[in-house]
Amino acid sequence: MDTVVIEVSGTLSAASSLFLASAGLTLIFGAMRVINLAHGSFYMFGAFLTTSLVGFATGARFWWAVPVAALAVALIGAGVELGVIRHIYGKEHLTQLLATYALFLIFADLALRIWGAESRAVPVPKSFFGSIEIAGEQIPKYNLVIVGTAIAVGVGLWLLLKLTTLGWRIRAAVDDPESLEASGVNLQLLFTVVFALGALLAGLGGAVISPQIAVTPGIDGSIIVGAFIVTVVGGLGSILGAAVAALLIGASETAGTLAAPDWASTFPYIAMIAILAVRPWGLFGQPER
Amino acid sequence: MILSTRSLTKQFGSFTAVDDVDLDVAEGTIHSIIGPNGAGKTTLFRLLTGVHAPTAGRVTLEGAEIAGRKPHSIARKGLVQSFQLTSVFPRLSVLESVQAAIIAPTRRPLDLVTRYHRSVEGEARALLARVGLESVAGSQANSLSHGDQRALDIALALATKPKLLLLDEPTAGMSPAETQKTTQLVSELNRTTGLTILFSEHDMDVVWGISHRVSVLHQGAVIAEGSVAEVQSNPEVMTVYLGEGEPLEKLPA
Repeated sequence: MDTVVIEVSGTLSAASSLFLASAGLTLIFGAMRVINLAHGSFYMFGAFLTTSLVGFATGARFWWAVPVAALAVALIGAGVELGVIRHIYGKEHLTQLLATYALFLIFADLALRIWGAESRAVPVPKSFFGSIEIAGEQIPKYNLVIVGTAIAVGVGLWLLLKLTTLGWRIRAAVDDPESLEASGVNLQLLFTVVFALGALLAGLGGAVISPQIAVTPGIDGSIIVGAFIVTVVGGLGSILGAAVAALLIGASETAGTLAAPDWASTFPYIAMIAILAVRPWGLFGQPER
Repeated sequence: MILSTRSLTKQFGSFTAVDDVDLDVAEGTIHSIIGPNGAGKTTLFRLLTGVHAPTAGRVTLEGAEIAGRKPHSIARKGLVQSFQLTSVFPRLSVLESVQAAIIAPTRRPLDLVTRYHRSVEGEARALLARVGLESVAGSQANSLSHGDQRALDIALALATKPKLLLLDEPTAGMSPAETQKTTQLVSELNRTTGLTILFSEHDMDVVWGISHRVSVLHQGAVIAEGSVAEVQSNPEVMTVYLGEGEPLEKLPA
């Protein structure tokens, strides 16, 4: 039964990465009904900025590089909302897809120019180097950071949405933006804040995951696929749905690796098709009105 | 005049929805806008509240230009159209809905909702009393009757402390009893607090019953304006309504 611990740990870590990448995507879609293909670019910027900020040092620099990278990405997000996204609210999905796909391509080229085509690495911070023993198995210590960050983001978002007046407004904007505006709330400012928050979460995801991956141009595209699967399976706009879907997709990957290693990468898609066949609007989503 | 428009015009492509409208709403009055379907009433309201930007013309609220401003900024200046925040959080109680509307424009977005709610509970209960809903304060907002629902909408609008309240067909779809209740509420609000109310209405009984002034809109333009008696006896108004197969009800014999 030793392997169970490893598989569970691997699943949790994969699910956490997926959740970090998709939480902001689903938040943005929920509030503004915008499908943001450039969300993966924010994730990529988070990772690349971390590589630049950390350099080759393995020390404590990592711990301030992560929040700085995330905040920088939030600023980029605010700029993107003001410059582009603001003009495509309420437009048809195709227009939104084209506009955000254009952003995706521009950002990919920009990253290539700034950071080059070669893969960059972020050293695992010293305090989480190596592995720890859980139930007789060696688990990478850094997994704890990723899982911990995902839990903190999930709980933090939930508290923000449930308990604060900002969260109250975001939830109101999901259902009835016109009434919210009529009650004196500055909807445009709210949307800029939400978009920046979504970008911040993607940037944080990229920054936190960077020590476990090869940071190269192209991670924007690969992460956006996973993030979309999670967002759609969980139900567009549902944070809880994203968390549950991330776990399910992570688990299906693990199951695939165990059952049919050659076909492992298809398992998440099979899981997605199965779930969407039964609930086309996702686990925690609602049918479109 | 608390609200004035001059040459207010809105075109959608080649279609003129609101055509060169001069409207003057005096402070403390109930002013109604009537007109056949498609006359431009809703578009006119949307121009006033900032949902649409006018193609041309001016709108002034207490002398200050508001045309082209954003809806939230116009609402904060005191021109508020009754809205339905209850559709947003249907599970909130009637009291909580009003509390939510009071705190909606707060500038401290990270404060806890529950603490805010407590701090405005007295204010919320007073508002419910004003619209006659104190007895159902604890009920779920979406369980109310149609008439009470509309009273709650009005309470939500009052929570934003309007100087001028806009109501778009407040009695639409109501039973005669509910219509009477809503009409009474609107009239009482105006009488007891001096609140200026601008409303559009299909039900002519309601219009003739409580309006101080009436403006008649036809094909986007104001074709008549005056007291109830003046408008009722205006030949052009009669033609418009008869032409639409919608004769004026309760014309004086």
